[in-house]
Amino acid sequence: MHPSPDIGIWIGGLLTLGIFSFLYGDNPYYKFCEALFVGVSAGHWFITLFWTVFIPKLLGNIGIAIHTFRTEGFAAGMSDYMHWSYIFGGILGFLMILRLFPKIGWISRWSLAFVVGTTAGYYFINYLVSNGLMQIQKTILPLTSVGNIILVVGTFCGLIYFFFSKEHKGAFGGLARVGIWFLMITFGASFGYTVMSRMSLLIGRMDYIFGIWLGMIR
Amino acid sequence: MRREVPLLICAIVGFTLIIVYFVPHPPFSDMRDLFSDWFSVIAAFAIYLGILNLLKNSVDKVFRKRSGWGFSIVIIAGFVLFVFIGLYEGSDFGEIGTRYYWLYDRIYFPLMATMFAILAFFIGSASYRAFRARNVEATVLLLAAFFVMLGRVPIGYYLTSWLPEGWRMGDVANAIMTYPQMAGQRAVMIGIALGIVSTSLRIILGIERTFLGGE
Repeated sequence: MHPSPDIGIWIGGLLTLGIFSFLYGDNPYYKFCEALFVGVSAGHWFITLFWTVFIPKLLGNIGIAIHTFRTEGFAAGMSDYMHWSYIFGGILGFLMILRLFPKIGWISRWSLAFVVGTTAGYYFINYLVSNGLMQIQKTILPLTSVGNIILVVGTFCGLIYFFFSKEHKGAFGGLARVGIWFLMITFGASFGYTVMSRMSLLIGRMDYIFGIWLGMIR
Repeated sequence: MRREVPLLICAIVGFTLIIVYFVPHPPFSDMRDLFSDWFSVIAAFAIYLGILNLLKNSVDKVFRKRSGWGFSIVIIAGFVLFVFIGLYEGSDFGEIGTRYYWLYDRIYFPLMATMFAILAFFIGSASYRAFRARNVEATVLLLAAFFVMLGRVPIGYYLTSWLPEGWRMGDVANAIMTYPQMAGQRAVMIGIALGIVSTSLRIILGIERTFLGGE
């Protein structure tokens, strides 16, 4: 056993144990680690957004606009004027913060409307093309192999199951039932994949504790 | 002002982004980039709103000495530590070797990874209690999960190594993933696409207004 001399590894190891202690039951050690996780997550996202969005996209563009105006005045081109428009983005963002003040909180709906409108417009096209049309295109296959038959029949029956405007009875109900089986296989496989990914993380943490921290395994 | 302006903003932005797909030239392509940047800025402010709310509640808890106020100090201290070091390091805060990276690697990452890792135990115990092969559908789900999990670990290969190529556990798992799983997933994806397209259109046209809330 050769424990790591690095104080940082010890901190990481103790915090890992703190989170694992929840398996025994809720306790102050876990609560401390949980509170620290909440705090550092907030801090991490604050800093990440500050340096990757706030500074380059907002202040950076407004800075360019001011600089261009100082050097070229009103002779600047249309593309230079576009940088000024980021002030509106900043104002819309600031309006979001007003939600903290109940009396004028309703103004934040304007920012929310922008976010909802952008998402709706973007998703409308993207999902229609990539999740809708392209998936249909890839499903229309020649029925020359068992794999292709399974793909076509499975997708068709799965869609039949999702059609609730007609009662699932008779031949239609039979197809819907086959669709359920395919959906169950999908859910089972997704479940298996999720379990395996969590197991992989668990193995990683065990490797950290027993290998990197305590030096019990190589 | 409270309802009309948001609906107008939503419709203009939504329609513009749909038009961009069909007319990918200026001024629409510029509008797409601009809206994308504005979206990032507003999303950043929305996350800041959440952070401010968290800090407000934590500070309030500490000053009123409410139950668990000590843990609120830990939240504030963790936040302040990361923010100060992150601001001090500048835009290269995430580079390997910086103080911020050290904090990320030694505090944030172990906490985050372990939080997700303990879900393995909870998934295990929940599935043990909930999953029963009561009918054909449940049995199919269990079998698919069993084959996929066993096909992804070395013991699956060892147990079926005597079988001919193409019939081993890993091959069965791959076949499940490539054909029946893909078929079910496509049905779900097409269903989701139809749902999102219709909901997006309702939002852009102002028929769906629940995001505006009451009043």
